[in-house]
Amino acid sequence: MPVNPDLTERAFAPVAPYLVGREKVREFARATRASAALHHDVEAARAAGFADVVAPPTFPIVVAEATLQQLLAEPDAGIDFSRVVHGDQRFSYTRPIVAGDELTATLRVTGIKTLGGNAMVTSETAMVDAGGAHVVTSVSTLVVRGDDA
Amino acid sequence: MSIAETLNLELGQVIADETLTLTRDALVRYAGASGDFNPIHYRDDVAAQVGLPGVLAHGMLTMGVAIAPVTAWLDARGWVTDYQVRFTRPVVVDPADGAELQVVATVGALDEDEARIDLTVSYGGQTVLGKAQARIRSL
Repeated sequence: MPVNPDLTERAFAPVAPYLVGREKVREFARATRASAALHHDVEAARAAGFADVVAPPTFPIVVAEATLQQLLAEPDAGIDFSRVVHGDQRFSYTRPIVAGDELTATLRVTGIKTLGGNAMVTSETAMVDAGGAHVVTSVSTLVVRGDDA
Repeated sequence: MSIAETLNLELGQVIADETLTLTRDALVRYAGASGDFNPIHYRDDVAAQVGLPGVLAHGMLTMGVAIAPVTAWLDARGWVTDYQVRFTRPVVVDPADGAELQVVATVGALDEDEARIDLTVSYGGQTVLGKAQARIRSL
């Protein structure tokens, strides 16, 4: 089944809010070798003007995961996960994520291109805080390999 | 003050040049931390079944560790406002020896408020990320 081009017109509901935990930030920082004190030490983060430990730059992928599952779960999406490769990724921030943030993520499919039997599905997941203010947008392109690829 | 003055930067300056090793346990640790439990990142049999040359590092792990030397250098002086990469080549992680990545971070552009840091990430002499760029701003 090819990727459904109508996905770009579909409105996806926001996923349940994600509460950023202090230990999750530390765990993610250890896993990505982020050694700066801001990611681990609350006092260091506060001294730099943050309310709590600061998440490393790629942390939003943890939050975006639920929106990706939402996309893959669309019965008519035509995206076979076993044929999916991550093509590119971008995070654009308004402010850093800190522990205690409650982030609500909303997905939008912004483009579907076909290239040599493969489909490139680009989606944007915007994340806002409990006050509704934008924090970060994650933009991902998934390459869905065609049947012959 | 411009970011160049605040952080004492000039174009072309290398701010980090590091070699780091991703081992299988690093992949398992990242799977747990990120929630990405795709078995191609820890099971040789599954990787072989889908035609891969071996167990691969998560692209997001490579992206994550590639920026770590930059944030360590930046410390509490600033933050990353934007970070993008293209995943151009897979990183195959040997069960015994892991995979050695080299990360070089260079100042690629300087605006008034932001600097662009260009990352070259290579494995076995070939780059694995394309257009790997971060923008930083001082605090």
